[in-house]
Amino acid sequence: MTEPDKRELLRFITCGSVDDGKSTLIGRLLHDTGMIPDDQLVALAADSRRLGTQGGDLDLALLVDGLAAEREQGITIDVAYRFFHTAARSFIVADCPGHEHYTRNMITGASSADLAVLIVDARGGLTAQTRRHAVLCNLVGVRAMVLAVNKMDLVGHSPAVFDAIVADFTSFAARIGVTLIGAVPMSSLKGDNVCAPSPNMAWYDGPTLLTLLETADVRADLAAAPLRLPVQWVNRPNPDFRGYAGTIAAGTVRPGDAVRLLPSGRISQVARIVTMDGDLDRAVAGQSITLCLADEIDCSRGDVIAAADAPPQSANQFEATIVWLDEAPMKVGRGYWLKLATQMVSATVQQPKYVLNVESLDHLAARTLDLNAIGVAELATDRPLVFEPYADSRVLGGFVLIDKLSNHTVAAGMLNFGLRRAQNIHWQALEVTREARAAQKQQRAAVLWFTGLSGSGKSTIANLVEKRLLALGQHSFLLDGDNLRHGLNRDLGFTEADRIENIRRVGEVAKLMTDAGLVVITALISPFMADRDTVRAMLPAGEFIEVHIDTPLAEAERRDVKGLYAKARAGQIANFTGIDSPYEAPVAPEIRIDTMRETPEAAAERIVAYLLARQAG
Amino acid sequence: MREVVAEAQRPVFLYSVGKDSAVMLHLALKAFYPAPPPFPFLHIASGWDFGDLLAHRDKMVARHGLDLIVASAAEADQARVTPFTAGADVYAETLLTGPLKAALTAHGFDAAFGGGRRDEEKSRAKERIMSFRSTSHHWDPKNQRPELWDLYNLRLSPGESIRVFPLSNWTEADIWAYIAQEMIDIVPLYLAAPRPTVERGGQIIVLDDDRMALAPGEAATLRNVRFRTLGCWPLTGAVESTAADLPSVIAEMQASTTSERHGRMIDVGAAASMEQKKQAGYF
Ligand SMILES: Nc1nc2c(ncn2[C@@H]2O[C@H](COP(=O)(O)OP(=O)(O)O)[C@@H](O)[C@H]2O)c(=O)[nH]1
Repeated sequence: MTEPDKRELLRFITCGSVDDGKSTLIGRLLHDTGMIPDDQLVALAADSRRLGTQGGDLDLALLVDGLAAEREQGITIDVAYRFFHTAARSFIVADCPGHEHYTRNMITGASSADLAVLIVDARGGLTAQTRRHAVLCNLVGVRAMVLAVNKMDLVGHSPAVFDAIVADFTSFAARIGVTLIGAVPMSSLKGDNVCAPSPNMAWYDGPTLLTLLETADVRADLAAAPLRLPVQWVNRPNPDFRGYAGTIAAGTVRPGDAVRLLPSGRISQVARIVTMDGDLDRAVAGQSITLCLADEIDCSRGDVIAAADAPPQSANQFEATIVWLDEAPMKVGRGYWLKLATQMVSATVQQPKYVLNVESLDHLAARTLDLNAIGVAELATDRPLVFEPYADSRVLGGFVLIDKLSNHTVAAGMLNFGLRRAQNIHWQALEVTREARAAQKQQRAAVLWFTGLSGSGKSTIANLVEKRLLALGQHSFLLDGDNLRHGLNRDLGFTEADRIENIRRVGEVAKLMTDAGLVVITALISPFMADRDTVRAMLPAGEFIEVHIDTPLAEAERRDVKGLYAKARAGQIANFTGIDSPYEAPVAPEIRIDTMRETPEAAAERIVAYLLARQAG
Repeated sequence: MREVVAEAQRPVFLYSVGKDSAVMLHLALKAFYPAPPPFPFLHIASGWDFGDLLAHRDKMVARHGLDLIVASAAEADQARVTPFTAGADVYAETLLTGPLKAALTAHGFDAAFGGGRRDEEKSRAKERIMSFRSTSHHWDPKNQRPELWDLYNLRLSPGESIRVFPLSNWTEADIWAYIAQEMIDIVPLYLAAPRPTVERGGQIIVLDDDRMALAPGEAATLRNVRFRTLGCWPLTGAVESTAADLPSVIAEMQASTTSERHGRMIDVGAAASMEQKKQAGYF
C-alpha cells in the first residue's frame, strides 16, 4: 500500500548493544528533524528534570522508551518502527529491542531495511556484538552500512580513537563482504554530527549522519531489471474482464510487452494496465497494478508474470539459509507450509548441512535448528516454486515457514539456489495416465488412510474392507504399518523423526499405487496430524480419505492384544503412542469409526459404502 | 488488502464513516477496480450518530454499490444506556464493542479491516499491519506473528480471526494530504460551519437533535466549528475554526504544534477514544 508522501523513502535499522546510545540516537534524529510536537517536548523536559539523568538537559532516550514500559506489562515486541522525514527523504527506522530474541528481532527488522546504522561506543570500540549485528544484517541482504562511532565526547573527541575503530571495522567488513558507505564520529547526546556538523570535531570533514542517510544510494535500480509480477489476486468482476493484480517486484511493464507466465511457461502480451484513475502506459517496480493480457490463458494466484525473454527459474529442491524463530526446534522431514511471494506450498527440510556461529563465522554440525539458530539446509517442496536466489530478489527469494498445526510463523528463509538434480531431472510425463489405469480397472483410485491408537482395530477393519472390495471386483492393496517395518522401513525406530520418515515413505508408496489406479488401504498409527496432512497434500484433491478408528485409550489398553501396553507401562517400550508419546486425533476425518458403538463388520461396510458412493459420483 | 481477500474466508470492512474509513474505502475501491470491493461493510450504529454521518454513509453505499451491514445494541440496552446516564466505558462496551463482537461472530467474519494508525499513540509503534485474535476476539500481544519482508502469514485455526490495519503507517497529516490529493468525499462535519452548540465540561458539543436536555444556565449558541474526529454526537467535542475547505483544514493542522493525541485530550476528550474504539474494534 503506498503512502501519500511523494518523498523518497529509506528504511533503515539501528543496531547496538544496551547503553551504546541507540535510544538517544533515535530520539536525537526525531527531535532535530522537528518530529516532536511542543506538548511532548514540554512533557519530556519535565520527565528529564524529574529523573535527573542528564543533569537538567533533555533526555532524548525517554522519547523512544515506550518499549521499556511495554516490556514491564509483559508485552514482548519484536520491532518498533519510527517515522521521520526531512525535505529530502522520509525514513522508517526499525528499532529492535530485547536480548532474549535478538537474532529473531534483528532479522525481522532487517528483512525490509535498505541500510543499517551500526552504533559503537567510542570507549569500547568494536565488540563481538557489533560483528554479530553486521553479519546478521549482511545475511538478510542489508549490504550498505554506516558506522556510527558514538560518545565521542567521552574520548575527548579524539581522531585517533575514531580512526582506529574505523580501520578495525573496515577490515572486518571486507571479510564478510559488506559495503561501508560511511563512518561518522558523533555524540547523539550532545547532537554532534548527527544532524549538524560538530564544532568539537573540526578535524572531521565528512557528512553528518543525517546527510549520509539523505544521500545514501542503496536501492538497486529495480525498474531496470526484467519484469517480475507475482499474481496476488485474479480480478474477475464479470465474464468480459479478467485482470491479474499484484505488486511489481522488479522491472517495468508497458502495454504491448511480451510476457511469460510461470510456472506454465505460456507466452502472451500485456493488453492494458488498469487503474481506477485510468489506464497507465507504464508501471514500475513497487507499484500495485492490475494487468490484462491479450490472450485468454489460465493464470491464478501464485503464478508469476515475467519478461518473456528473461524468466525466473522454477525448481522443487533448494539450498536455503534458514533462521529458526520458534521455541520448538525444527522437525527434519516434517511438512511445513512455505510462503514465498504469493505462492504457498508444502515443504520439508533436511537435516542442516551446518549452523552458523555468528561471532566466529564457523560452520558447526547440527541435527536440527533451535530458536535463533541460523543454518543452511536443503529443502524440497511438493510443487515447483517460481523463484530467484535471494541475492537477486528479496521478493522471489525470501520465504517463511508456517507450522501446519499451530499456524505460527516458525522460520524465515532465503533461497540460495535451486538444486541441480531437481532442475535436470525433468518429470517424465507418462503416456498412459493414472486416469487411464484406473478406468481400466473400472474404479477411482483412492487412499483409505486408517489412523488410531495401537490396538484400536485398524488392521481388523482394514482386512475386512479389503475382503469386501475383492468380492466386489475392486483392485486394492493393504499397506500395514507393522508389516512394512519388517522390510521397507526396517531401518526406522519410533523417535519423532523416524515416525515422520515412516509416514513419508508409506505416503510415497501409496501415491505410486494410486498412480497405478489402485485403492490403497494403510493401517498405521500415524499419530501426528501434520504428517497425515503432508500425505494428504501429496495426493490429488479428494483422493486422501482419512479414516479415524476411534477407540478410547482405556479400551485399547484393556484389549491389549499384542501385550504392548503392558510393556510400555512397565517402561520396556519407549515412545509408545498414548503412553509417553502423544496421539493427535483428526479434527475432521472423512470417516470416523467409533469402535465402542460399531462392530468391525458394520464399520467395514460403512467404509466400502463411502468408497462406492464416491466412485458413482 | 488483496492479500487478505485472497487468503481469508470471510473478510469484512469495519466502516466508521470517519476520515480514516473514507481513505480506506478509497484504497479498497482502487485495489479491486474495476470489481467492487468483494466484502461487506459493517457499521456499528450507536443510536447517537450524527445525522450528517448517516447521510454520508448512505450516499457512499449507493454511489459505490457497497454491501452494508448495520449492527446496533438491543433496544433494551439502547434505552438503558445513554451518553448522559452511563460512564464512558460502560457506554462504549454496551453500544459499540458489544454489538461489534456480536456481529463479527454472527456473520463468521475471520478478517476485519480497521483504520488504526501507528501515530495515534506512542505504544502503537508496536502494532503490526496484521493482528491476530483468539476465538473470543482477544488480542494476545505475546502471540503475534513476525512480519518479515512483506510476507503475511494469514493462516487461521478455526475460530481465530485477524484485524488488518492498512493505514498502520499513516499519520493524521498523511490522511488529510491524501484526502486533498485524491479529492475524497468526507462527512461535511470535518469542515467548519455555523452549528448550534453548547459548552459543557470544557468541550463544545454540537446539538445534533433535541435529545440532550440543557442544564439551567446553558443555552444553545451558534458557533463556527468543525471536528477533528467523529464519535457519538453528545460525546464529541468540536473545535472553533474558520476552515471551511480542505486546504484551510490542512493549514490549521500544520499551524498547530500540538500532537493529535494532546489535542484530543483537550478539545475532544472522550470522543477520541470513542472513534478509535468504533473503527478499530477493541484493542
Ligand atoms: N469391540 C470391538 N473390538 C474391536 C474392534 N476393532 C478391533 N477390535 C479388537 O481390538 C483388538 C485390536 O485390533 P487390531 O486390529 O489388532 O488393532 P491395531 O493394532 O490398531 O491394528 C482386536 O482384538 C480386535 O478384535 C471394534 O470395532 N469393536
